Formats: sequence, C-alpha cells, structure tokens
Amino acid sequence: MQRHDFGYFIHEGVSNLFSHGFMSFAAIGITVACLLIMGTFTLVAYNAEMLLRTLESEYEILAFVDDGCNEAQTKAVGEAIARLDNVKSVEFITREEAMEAFEERNLDEYMRRNILPEMFRDRYAVYVNDLNQVKQTAAAVEAVEGIGEGNVRVDEDIAGGFILVRDVASAVSLALIAILLVVSVFIISNTIRLTTFDRRDEIAIMKMVGATNGFIRWPFVYEGFLLGLLSSLIAFGLQWLVYASVAKGIEAADTLQFLSTVPFSQIWKPVAASFGAAGIIIGVGGSLTAIRKFLQV
Amino acid sequence: MEMEKEGGARVIRLKDVEKEYENGTYALRGITLTIEDGEFVFLVGPSGSGKSTIIKLLTGEILPTSGRVVVNGFSLTKISDRQIPLLRRSIGVIFQDFRLIEKKTVYENLSFAMRAVGASPRTIKNRIPYVLKLVGLEEKADQYPYELSGGEQQRVGIARALVNNPITIIADEPTANVDPARSLEIMRLLNRINELGTTVVVVTHERDLVNRFHKRVVLLEDGLITGDGIGYDAK
Ligand SMILES: Nc1ncnc2c1ncn2[C@@H]1O[C@H](COP(=O)(O)OP(=O)(O)OP(=O)(O)O)[C@@H](O)[C@H]1O
Ligand SMILES: [Mg+2]
Repeated sequence: MQRHDFGYFIHEGVSNLFSHGFMSFAAIGITVACLLIMGTFTLVAYNAEMLLRTLESEYEILAFVDDGCNEAQTKAVGEAIARLDNVKSVEFITREEAMEAFEERNLDEYMRRNILPEMFRDRYAVYVNDLNQVKQTAAAVEAVEGIGEGNVRVDEDIAGGFILVRDVASAVSLALIAILLVVSVFIISNTIRLTTFDRRDEIAIMKMVGATNGFIRWPFVYEGFLLGLLSSLIAFGLQWLVYASVAKGIEAADTLQFLSTVPFSQIWKPVAASFGAAGIIIGVGGSLTAIRKFLQV
Repeated sequence: MEMEKEGGARVIRLKDVEKEYENGTYALRGITLTIEDGEFVFLVGPSGSGKSTIIKLLTGEILPTSGRVVVNGFSLTKISDRQIPLLRRSIGVIFQDFRLIEKKTVYENLSFAMRAVGASPRTIKNRIPYVLKLVGLEEKADQYPYELSGGEQQRVGIARALVNNPITIIADEPTANVDPARSLEIMRLLNRINELGTTVVVVTHERDLVNRFHKRVVLLEDGLITGDGIGYDAK
C-alpha cells in the first residue's frame, strides 16, 4: 500500500484553490449563503418547536364537573378523562381553589366581596400531548358522563400560529436543505472541474507514469474539503451574528414578549457540527462529482 | 504465477492481435510479435500502418478486439483497473511532442513523475541527478522547458521515462520534432539506455537513422507485420 502523502495533497489542494481565486471565492460565497439559508430556517423551526413544547405543557382544557356528582362519581369522571387519547395528565381543582385563584387574578374589591364558592364548580384541568388535536380532545372530554355539553372551556387558539410557523419552517427547511445542497455541490464541483481542466496535462502524465486514481484524486478532494470547511466556518460565524441580533431584537420588542428564543450558547455545538458536516459533505461531494469523469481510462 | 504462464515478467508478447476502432477502422489485422528482455526494436512502417495502435495497446490505453497482449507479466486482456498503474510503472513512455509540464522546471518535471508513484523524497533526491547526468542535462535542472531546445526537451522526456526505473522504454516517434543532428543524439541515448539493461521499443519514420544502428527492425504495413529482422531493409 502506497503511503498517504498528506503534505503533498494538502499543498496541491491549497494551490488549486488559489489558482482560481475568484471562482473559489464565489463558490465559498454561494455555499455560505446556502448554509445560512438552511441554518436560518432550521433554527426558526427549532425555536417554534421549543415554544410549542412550552405552550403545550402549559395549555389546559377546563372541564366542569356536573354539580350532581358525588365524590366517587367526580373521581370516576377524572379517571375517564385521563384515559382519553392525547390526554397527558389531569388535575382536579375544587371550587374553593378555583375561587382563590380567581380572587388572586381579580383584585377588584367589589367583586371579591360578592363572589361565593357556590358560583364556582369543581373542575378538571386537562393537559394534552398534541396541541393540534385540542378540538377533538375537547369534544371527547365533553362526551364523558358527568361533564356534558357546554361544560368544557378551550383556551383561545394561540397555539395555531406557532404550529403553522413550525410546520412551514420545517417543511421549507427540509426542501431548502435538499435544493441548496444540490446547488452548493454543483457550484463547488464546477470550481474544481476548472482546476482539473487546468491540470489535465498533469493528470495525463500522472496516469501515464502509473499514478493510482486515488493519488490523482486526493488533491481535488482536499480542495473541495477546504472549500467546504471554509464555507462552513464563515457561515457559522455569520449565523451566530444573525441569530444573536434577531434574538436581541425580539427581546427588546414590547409586542414580542410572548416569544422566547433559545440562547445561541445552548445550541452552538450542534449548529457548528451540522454546519461543519454539511460543508464537508458539500465540498467533498462537489470534488468527487467533478473528478468522477476524469478518472476513466 | 501469471508471470510463469506468460513466459516471464520482462517480456512483451502479442498473439494474433486484431484491433478495430469504434468507428470501424481496422488498424491491426493479426499481429504476432515477441520482444525479449533487453532487446532494442525499431517499429517502422508507413503512416496509418498501426504503429501507434500497438504502442497504445502496450500501455493499456486501448484494448485489443481479439488476440492476446502480455506486457511485463501483465495480461492486457485480463488486467483489472487496479493493476493498470502497476503495468504503467513497468513502462516508460516517450512522446514526439515531449509532453512536459511547462510550469515546472526540469527537476520538478522529474520529481513530479516520481512522486506520482509514491517515491520518497530521499529516493527522488538520489535518483534525479543520476538520470539527469545520464541524459546530459545536469546543468539544466532548474530551467523551464521553454528555455530548452527541442532536443533538450526530448532528453527531459527520456529522463522522465527513465526516472522510475522501468523494465521497458517505449518511444513513439521521439525524433519527429527534433532536428537531424539532435535526432542521432537521441537515438544514441536510447541505445545507451538499452545497453544499461532496459528494453527499448522505438517507433520511427526515419530510415537513415534506423540504418545507422545494427538493430532489430519490425516493419508494419496496413495492420500486418511484413518484415522482421536486423536492419531496415531486412525483409
Ligand atoms: N482513435 C481512433 N479511432 C479510429 N481510428 C483510429 C484511431 N486511432 C487511429 N486510427 C486509425 O487506425 C489506423 C492506424 O493508426 P495508427 O495511429 O496506429 O497509425 P501509425 O502507424 O501510428 O501512423 P503514423 O505514422 O501516421 O503515426 C489509421 O487508419 C488511423 O486512422
Ligand atoms: Mg503514430
């Protein structure tokens, strides 16, 4: 087995890169743009998902228990609800607890003086797994004996917007990843094809004297690898800047208080790893595409 | 084991070789030819008779349509892609248009060819001065090809063919782009290389030149061997 002449391959790869400075620059620019677009959509989808999870854990359906139920019946109602699809957990709230909570929220003296526990009913707070199915779940809860029609309160559809954002962002990022990967591979492969064209005499001589295909291939693989790696480094830095400034903007905006973003410091490792992997896949994929044809004969 | 079966690792053997190109041209019509280890052979014949086709068969550039080709222990009809580089390392090829890398010095052209087959820097450093001395270019190591005469460029081509110490040197019209006086020098150099133990196959048009050497001449006409003996007019 021939030794891997690492120093030589890297040297040739780098000099290939500089022999088409402008094309390399353009290829890096386009790959950076592609990585940024992919990264941004993925991060939007990720944040929407995180927000949804928080919302989901806080979101409750209130089911009011019929006044006619005794303690055992009330307990049975709770168990019946807990058995329904999509119900994560059920919490029993007595009318007294409900009144206290109401009083805390409504500080108006007049109202406080005039409410009585009898005005409240025992209730269950129902937590769900999937916000998408709240309506069906609410209907199922309504159908439980001891609850009855009209005795279920579903919060307003605040979740709908986030679900849409998450679903659109996920779909778009998937589609973009596929398209932009192809675009980047194509760009890098064209850049490398230029170098192989420049070096066709050298390649012919290498073949003639008995160089293996691997030996001929390596400098171009390194060239692609370096192009991809440089692109991912630059894209990562820019992504960081963009993410941090958007997060800061959201935090500062009064109307966007309900949005919370995951701090970049918590996610930089997977982001860096994904960018690095994508960059290297693009770079090496591009070079292999470029030299595939070259190595027959 | 292949080697014994094919009669030695340093022999070239063609048996009933035919070559029809994709476009239907019949370049070779049944060639049987053996070149033993250490021989010096001139391959002559009119334009289009199939000389370059034979060379391309020997280097694995093209495959025969039928027949057997064995070069230095490699059977060209059975050779795998992985073995082609090994076959080529056993052959040094010289072209009429030199095919040097213009951007590299003489020394770099040679080290490039050695590095391509995985020679260590130390081997390269030891081997190149020896080969340059052999072709008489030790003074020109740091010059670029365009700074050299045609004859000198071809001597660089010969040095490159020699630098990986091949079993066989194959030259396709090495003197076609060199003036007559330099042509004789080139042939003498090839003769000297042959005397040092390398098998040499030279394709040429130059009858006068061939006649100055008392060597085996294979005459090719229209894809067939029509003469094989010592001297051009041997048939
Ligand atoms: N790649 C090819 N495709 C089709 N026909 C070819 C090809 N190469 C050579 N030929 C034909 O095969 C025949 C032999 O060609 P070849 O190159 O072997 O001749 P040659 O003896 O080297 O001639 P010359 O002295 O002019 O170099 C010619 O008729 C030529 O036109
Ligand atoms: Mg020819």
